[in-house]
Amino acid sequence: MMKVVRGFYAVAYSVKLCRPDVICAYPITPQSEIVENIAQMYANGELGNCEYITAESEFGAASILVGASAAGARTYTATCSQGLILMSEVLWNAAGMRLPIVLTIANRSLSAPLSIWNDHQDSMAMRDAGIIQMYVENNQEVHDMMPQAFKIAENHKVLLPMMVCMDGYKLTHAYEPVDLLSQELVDEFLPPYDPPVKMTTKEPYTFGSYATPASYMEFRVAVYNAMERARKVIEDVYKEWAEISGRDWGGNIVAENCEDADVCVMAMGSLVGLVREVVKELRDEGKKVGFIKIRTFRPFPADEIAKAVDNAEKVIVFERSLSMGSDAPVTLDVKSAIHKKAIDVYSPVVGLGGRDVPQNLVKSIIEEVMENKVEPGTYFRGLKDYEEVIV
Amino acid sequence: MRFHGRGGQGVVTSADVLAVAAFKEGFYTLSFPTFGAEKRGTPVASFLRVSDRPVVLRDEIYEPDYVVILDPTVMESVNVVSGLKKGGFVVANYPREKELEEKLGVKVFAINATKLAMEHLGRPITNTVMVGAFAGLTGLVKLETLRDTILEWFSKKGEEIAKKNADLVETAYKIMEERRNEAKELGLKLPELVLQK
Repeated sequence: MMKVVRGFYAVAYSVKLCRPDVICAYPITPQSEIVENIAQMYANGELGNCEYITAESEFGAASILVGASAAGARTYTATCSQGLILMSEVLWNAAGMRLPIVLTIANRSLSAPLSIWNDHQDSMAMRDAGIIQMYVENNQEVHDMMPQAFKIAENHKVLLPMMVCMDGYKLTHAYEPVDLLSQELVDEFLPPYDPPVKMTTKEPYTFGSYATPASYMEFRVAVYNAMERARKVIEDVYKEWAEISGRDWGGNIVAENCEDADVCVMAMGSLVGLVREVVKELRDEGKKVGFIKIRTFRPFPADEIAKAVDNAEKVIVFERSLSMGSDAPVTLDVKSAIHKKAIDVYSPVVGLGGRDVPQNLVKSIIEEVMENKVEPGTYFRGLKDYEEVIV
Repeated sequence: MRFHGRGGQGVVTSADVLAVAAFKEGFYTLSFPTFGAEKRGTPVASFLRVSDRPVVLRDEIYEPDYVVILDPTVMESVNVVSGLKKGGFVVANYPREKELEEKLGVKVFAINATKLAMEHLGRPITNTVMVGAFAGLTGLVKLETLRDTILEWFSKKGEEIAKKNADLVETAYKIMEERRNEAKELGLKLPELVLQK
């Protein structure tokens, strides 16, 4: 049923249909209304036997879910920004313990300075944790992603936490038409969680125990291997979803018009729709430019990207976060993916801390690369004149 | 469309209600606020795109076809007509239309929303008046559709408040409906879009 709903609701309603066993959360802007919507559904008795637990902090929320997941529950939470990095110690543990906790991240910047607005710095800070990450472009995609996230994370070849990342405000606060899923469809697609090992009082297990140099390395390699196996699982789940729902969002990346493109432009998250539109406009003007939407960020779709940009001379990566002292995070991976090719990589950093990224800015960024008016590397666009005091 | 006002007046709700109502009329819609609109009294803007195809642009609206002003005092600190397209117009909560037109230098349709809101609601919350005025003027949404949407939207606040707001929307709609031809003569996108249907 197509309905105009807010991003929060698109997530909450979809999570409900996934029949989670335990939800535990702590509010933080701009995520709060996701869990408020779920809490309301819980209070209305719409969540069946699900336990909804309020915690004293994000650290507590994640810890409670680690316990619940180890006991065999399907677990969910949502957070962002400072809340996510407060969870980080626990989430690294969840990955190491192979607990498929599913999270929605309402992407928001990190302090300091304090900002409640959108960029990708929070989820990027969790890049190496062993958590699967994917980014959505609109509220239909996030609605469709929640059942897929549980199915990917809970697959026995994977068993890792998964974050579905949606841009805070730009998506969470937007009203737009969403085709709401039915319980029947989600039930058909997503079986109940069947943990290979679970803790009970009769059969106690130890999760995440002390590992001396004699065994630690093997456990970490196992996490690495699980993330590698996730590539195929993710692709299969994306395909199955397209068949069952009739909505095909593509694979780990979606490449459009790249075969003959001199310049390939990449974007992730809510910027995708706008960048795609600008690229189309340039195509119509006869420019040889292609577009790549990056959906899955961890595991990084390096082979797919290398293949898609094979004929390009230049690649533009729109960055929404930084890695101080190096290239921005997506660029690092793109460069690594294409290191054998003679392709120049341009990394315009835009829209940090919620600064708007207007259509004409995106167009001028692409045009200046096509017209050789800018050198490859990291640079900032949409920046004001400013003076640094500490130099 | 761009909506201007102050936090607490329902600026965000204005765009959202119209997004829901216009979708019911068969348009694709997307609305979102300027962010961090939690503080009462600070200038706030929200944005609405209405189209005959899915809306993919999510940047703020720099060149609006229409501007709706809920609170005239916001004009002191915000350039509300910034980027307004040629042939575009302003629908404003203001008691004296000609005066505002001269001040802003663009076509203005004014309605004394504060007065109407005080009469109907007893509070100077102007969003429903302005939604009704805009819809009546442009014909974007039929009156029944808008009434239903308002009743649904405010149902959580109780039947009485919902009905008061629906009546208020109707009053504003009818006042501005009489001037729809004047708006059409400006040759704007929106009436064209509506006429095509």
